[in-house]
Amino acid sequence: MTAVTTDANPQDARKAGRIVYLAAVVLLCAWVLVPLYFLLINTLSSPEAVNSFPKSFFPAFDLGSLTFFANFGGMLSALKNSIIVAALTMVLSILIGAPAGYALSRFDFRGKELFRLLILLTRAFPLPLLALPLAVLFIRTGLDDTALGLALVHTTLAIPFAVLITFSLFSGIPIELEEAAWTLGCTRLTAFTKVVLPLILPGITASAIFAFVISWNEVFAAAVLTIENRTLTAFLLQTLGEAPLHLKFAGGFILVVPALIFIFAVRKYLFAMWGIANR
Amino acid sequence: MAVIEIKNVAKTFGAYTALHDINLTIQDQEFMVLLGASGCGKTTLLRIIAGLETATTGEVWIGGRRVDHLPPKDRGIAMVFQNYAVFPHLTVFENIGFGLRMQKLPNDEVKRRVERTAGLMHIDQLLKRYSGELSGGQRQRVAVARALAMEPDVILMDEPLSNLDALLRMEMRAELKGVLAESNTTAIYVTHDQVEAMSMADRISVMHKGEIVQAATPLEVYRNPAAEFVAGFIGNPPMNFLPATPKGAGKWAVGGQVIDGPQKNKALNFAIRPEDLRLADSGLTARAKVVEPLGAHLLVTCDIDGALFRAVLDSDMTVKPGDTLTLAPQPDRVRWFDPDTTRAVA
Amino acid sequence: MNARLLPYVLILPVTLFLAVFFLYPFALVAKQAFTQGAEFTFANFRDVASHWKFPISLKNTMLLAAAVVPVQLALALLMATMVNRMKKGRDLVLYVWTIPLGISDLAAGIIWLAIFEQSGFLNSMMSGLGLVDQPVNFLSYQNPMMVFVAIALAEIWRATAIMLVILVAGIGLIPKEYYEAAEVFGASPWQRFLRVTLPLLRPSLQTALILRVVLAFEVFAVVAALGGTLFPVLMGEIYSYQFDLQNGNAAAALALIVLGISIVFTLVILRALRVPKGATI
Ligand SMILES: Nc1ncnc2c1ncn2[C@@H]1O[C@H](COP(=O)(O)OP(=O)(O)O)[C@@H](O)[C@H]1O
Ligand SMILES: [Mg+2]
Repeated sequence: MTAVTTDANPQDARKAGRIVYLAAVVLLCAWVLVPLYFLLINTLSSPEAVNSFPKSFFPAFDLGSLTFFANFGGMLSALKNSIIVAALTMVLSILIGAPAGYALSRFDFRGKELFRLLILLTRAFPLPLLALPLAVLFIRTGLDDTALGLALVHTTLAIPFAVLITFSLFSGIPIELEEAAWTLGCTRLTAFTKVVLPLILPGITASAIFAFVISWNEVFAAAVLTIENRTLTAFLLQTLGEAPLHLKFAGGFILVVPALIFIFAVRKYLFAMWGIANR
Repeated sequence: MAVIEIKNVAKTFGAYTALHDINLTIQDQEFMVLLGASGCGKTTLLRIIAGLETATTGEVWIGGRRVDHLPPKDRGIAMVFQNYAVFPHLTVFENIGFGLRMQKLPNDEVKRRVERTAGLMHIDQLLKRYSGELSGGQRQRVAVARALAMEPDVILMDEPLSNLDALLRMEMRAELKGVLAESNTTAIYVTHDQVEAMSMADRISVMHKGEIVQAATPLEVYRNPAAEFVAGFIGNPPMNFLPATPKGAGKWAVGGQVIDGPQKNKALNFAIRPEDLRLADSGLTARAKVVEPLGAHLLVTCDIDGALFRAVLDSDMTVKPGDTLTLAPQPDRVRWFDPDTTRAVA
Repeated sequence: MNARLLPYVLILPVTLFLAVFFLYPFALVAKQAFTQGAEFTFANFRDVASHWKFPISLKNTMLLAAAVVPVQLALALLMATMVNRMKKGRDLVLYVWTIPLGISDLAAGIIWLAIFEQSGFLNSMMSGLGLVDQPVNFLSYQNPMMVFVAIALAEIWRATAIMLVILVAGIGLIPKEYYEAAEVFGASPWQRFLRVTLPLLRPSLQTALILRVVLAFEVFAVVAALGGTLFPVLMGEIYSYQFDLQNGNAAAALALIVLGISIVFTLVILRALRVPKGATI
């Protein structure tokens, strides 16, 4: 019966399709948001509520868990370490990666393909593994257990992205704009600072934030390379076994929040960044 | 005050030779057009003059100064790009004033010059806008104004009108010519559009496969093409060619007719422009194949001994496909080319 | 600055950096993996491979990748095509769907722990609906299947976003005219997807799959948060060789094995999805 009516009435079929489509969109949004909501409930509940059963499906807006987190020995300094390492990674990866992205987008040079391949290869490499031998190297050079040491490893993780993303950003700026600046009295450097930089700055910020998030989230190398100066991820990983649930959830929440903000900040660039980089 | 001399300039990209041994002198305040089909090397030559590309060999002199090792900013040039290259992050005012600011001119001087050139290009109403708020034609004007504001010795333009629609192009053509004539700059203008070239140029350099085949005034290029390529490229429809065999004593057999020609004893190509033919009692015998009334004229495509041959006739003529026509070439407009060298024969 | 030298000057920092922090440690790992004391040997590989946990952790890692990556690919393709035809609310929906991109595997593990732990939301829901009287301990050795499902769900939840971003960017590069042409020639939406979108999306699919598969072999923190030692995976074993057993050589050997697997899969994907020269957009 229904088959007949839908056949006879394309308007209805269109409408049914539309409803299925909307339902799917809502469902997929819920799939992403609901687990986050659960984390939020746990974070905003008292430690007792977190450990009790059954759970309420609404947050109690009790700051007990977060206070406990803040007072837990070493947590706040781990949070501080995470921020320092991520900020260092952000600066390093852009300073080192952006010139290469510029070179890839503007010049044809011998070995360019090889260079691109090297960059791509690092992306296809379980990079955190490299933390193992670096741990030894760092002990010798006094970089062990420092924010800079870990930031260097995280920069290795972030650099392929930084290079490819800045490559695609620079490629989006027509070379004619730079050439026009040269004919109007600019040197290569002034053309870059007066024309390219203002146009590229939002994109560079976005890819810097991306580098920040990569470092902020990295667990393995952080756990291998820091002992006293644990980052938040390393600290949480280390205490996973014994830490009480409310501490885990509060910690997870603190991990998630900056990520949410950052993805929101770079959302406009996420897709442009990946567009050309794939080619 | 700038003569431009290009001496033995060649350019290769890997194995591909884009320019072969170019020699060209452009006089002070001359309007020189580089004309040629797409891919013939016009842009490459212009960019070498601008300093955006380095020649593989050869020298570029501007105003008596060798410049090929100087960066673009030190060559006394300004350039208008094909897609305008108007800086999107700056207002029209700051775009036009960009080069002046680079020269660290005082603010009031920048303002004076920006307003003057903006006035010249009729964009004084747009000075506060950004390029995203401009139409293609307006952007084009900004690009020209920006170059003019520099008061350069030389202004280089790479197909500046090719992105505009036909009507706007015609309007800008005349305007650009007028503005440049008043500015006393030497201009090099690249285009693939022969109408643009004919109407604007003091001299045209016709380029083909990385070489300058002929550099002469528009009329000279039209009337006395130096090579078969020029004859076939310039003019719409282009020149007609027919094989000619020598009969001795300056007589030539062409399309079953005997015609006067040069004193040579080898096969040549006879050439005539379609509009230099008229219907007569004696002449070349042609079979009309396609007849196209174009309003002002009648374009007849014919066949002479298997060769394609076009004639532009008065639109009052009644010609039908299949008709046999007798076409008389105007004697002083006949040209001869050597098929081996493709060069014109005097 | 000489224009010929400039590009090399510009890539010098990255090259030096990668030489010191990528190639050099890579060489060290390799050396460590092939030596015991000062001797060249395959013993480390033999030790690692003959350990009773190796087959399990290899199987677990592979199974997880095999379960997670295809689902993610299908889901990301579905989401990308849905977003592509969306007019209103596209930005918001895309933002929501890409949120997990910024969430670490550890955080994702913790988030799903909130659902699957014994006093968690799944149990609360099930007891609320009267399905169970007592909260079930899903994440225990009695429920290996549930542990696997929880880990797989957390991975799918977390890492579909990166594929989505790459695919949406790739679809954005395909000119609309191709779809219009296909439509004019009578292709249904499904045929357009199969005949136009998928083939033209190959470079993006390549990148997305390589990235995802390599990352799937590196799965570590999600497992640590949800399974602990119940579900051994390769990266976790490396970690425990290094720290619990203090055996750097074995850790290095296992690391090389993971690397080898990653490279093989990368090459397979590159080959399977190669784009004929000149057939790019
Ligand atoms: N950077 C380059 N690398 C390789 N070949 C080039 C490059 N620039 C131009 N060419 C080649 O040189 C020839 C001339 O190009 P161009 O000067 O742009 O021609 P035009 O402007 O007359 O259309 C073309 O065949 C083009 O493919
Ligand atoms: Mg050109």
